[in-house]
Amino acid sequence: MLSDWETVIGLEVHVQLATRSKIFSGAATRFGAEPNTQACAVDLAMPGTLPVLNREAVRMAVKFGLAIGAEIASVSVFDRKNYFYPDLPKGYQISQLDHPVVGCGSVTVELPDGSSKCIGVTRAHLEEDAGKSLHEDFHGLTGIDLNRAGTPLLEIVSEPEIRSAQEAVAYLRQIHSIIRYLGISDGNMAEGSMRCDVNLSLRRHGQSEFGTRCEIKNVNSFRFVEKAIECERERQADILEGGGKIKQETRLYDAERNETRSMRSKEVAHDYRYFPEPDLLPVHVSEEFIASVRAELPELPAQKVQRFRTQFGLGAYDAAQLAASRELADYFEETAGATGDAKTAANWVLSELLARLNRDGFDVSASPVPAASLGALIARIHDNTISGKIAKTVFEAMWAGEGEPDAIIDARGLRQVADSGAIAQLVDAALAANAGQVEQYRATPADKRQRMFGFFVGQVMKASQGKANPQQVNDLLRERLDGE
Amino acid sequence: MTISEQELARVAELARIRLDPDTVTDVTRRIGNILGMIDRMQAVDTSAVSPMAHPLDTVQRLRPDEVTETDRREDFLAIAPVSEAGLYLVPRVIE
Repeated sequence: MLSDWETVIGLEVHVQLATRSKIFSGAATRFGAEPNTQACAVDLAMPGTLPVLNREAVRMAVKFGLAIGAEIASVSVFDRKNYFYPDLPKGYQISQLDHPVVGCGSVTVELPDGSSKCIGVTRAHLEEDAGKSLHEDFHGLTGIDLNRAGTPLLEIVSEPEIRSAQEAVAYLRQIHSIIRYLGISDGNMAEGSMRCDVNLSLRRHGQSEFGTRCEIKNVNSFRFVEKAIECERERQADILEGGGKIKQETRLYDAERNETRSMRSKEVAHDYRYFPEPDLLPVHVSEEFIASVRAELPELPAQKVQRFRTQFGLGAYDAAQLAASRELADYFEETAGATGDAKTAANWVLSELLARLNRDGFDVSASPVPAASLGALIARIHDNTISGKIAKTVFEAMWAGEGEPDAIIDARGLRQVADSGAIAQLVDAALAANAGQVEQYRATPADKRQRMFGFFVGQVMKASQGKANPQQVNDLLRERLDGE
Repeated sequence: MTISEQELARVAELARIRLDPDTVTDVTRRIGNILGMIDRMQAVDTSAVSPMAHPLDTVQRLRPDEVTETDRREDFLAIAPVSEAGLYLVPRVIE
């Protein structure tokens, strides 16, 4: 049984840092450039070239470290990780082995059941990215684009403290949210700015030692991480149930077949023969440098959730959803500020706005309805110009580019009827048209009348095309029906 | 410490160094001698010494994050054995 086994997961997340130039050279890092136009002599490992470390890459790594409460190493050291592959021109990758720039820290994740969990981060180190191999057919040869070679990466290694696909995704989302808040990466998984390797093993519940693990390489969306974990744990459980042994190996997730499969080629290559990089001196990070980075730290997701809860009285789940991205949080705060009603603003942002953003594939920063306009719309609900229901119609029109709420309300004649004379006419007309129901209503005991009362409200609202002020309609109907 | 001929063959493969079969015995013996010297160094008590990452007693200088390199693709492609469509072409590698 799969449920007899505990899943043990550790994640290695590679984050491309958003520097302008590469980690060890002055070549540009812009995504999508023509092949090999951003690969200079250093990136190509031309003889006589030497790496010079980019200050901004160190600053960004330190920033991340501070954001997860990690120790920052006052001295860190670069090492060579040796292997041969055509997209790695030097024959080694410059990385950090024993003395990473960021030490132990932790990330707290909110889970859908309302609980939270603290997941340890073992370390985060700086390294350089490799180029790209293009396996399309070039007369039986492989094409190499070295634009990506030398792009700075921060590899963030978690403790094996993750116990389910759900926790893994929550952890990844939290890392994603933190790096975006810090502005150290765009976190774009589709473009490879954030990539994830999953280490997974199973053990019997209650067993203290770990089982043999497999590493699943380059799982590049939140959804695939979830699916890759599910199918790998089933695969391992099947083997263990059948009395077999797990072979420690590197596997690939195939999204089309929804399975992981062994990467056979690297059997000989798993000895990287690390040694200190003689071309780079130890990196010293001073207290002043750390203090200057600390002073730049923005409000982080967890702090924002806390503030939204205390300042606006929002629930933990809503607050976490709003704080997931800095842009969405800012949008919400601007909307709330424009209306003075944070709860209604939160509801509109989380339901109407998010639904349409997702439907039309927009980022919140490209929303056709700016926060100030949504705020103005909500204000019109508050001052009884329109009902909440009509507001949705107005919002749809705003989304379609018809302009500001007031203009739409006027152009379409949606202003709520609050004139008591006009409402009285509507009410009387509705009662006259439904004389039979009125009689029935009056014959019904008071405590059973509520459903029937709703019928009359509906009739009046329909006659007003949704524009009558619902409170006034209710009051007047009560008076006419129950008043005698 | 010594090294076997099999271990030597593996290290040579990892480093992509082709060893002439006639020299294997001699190279194995010479590397064994070097390892013997390392054994003697390992025997020294270094528990109170912090490891040295670099013999120069100075600190890494950092450079500002500026793009200083221009596109020299055509120069670099010109000295590659095979290239096409702006790519370097290499013998096929498949995972």
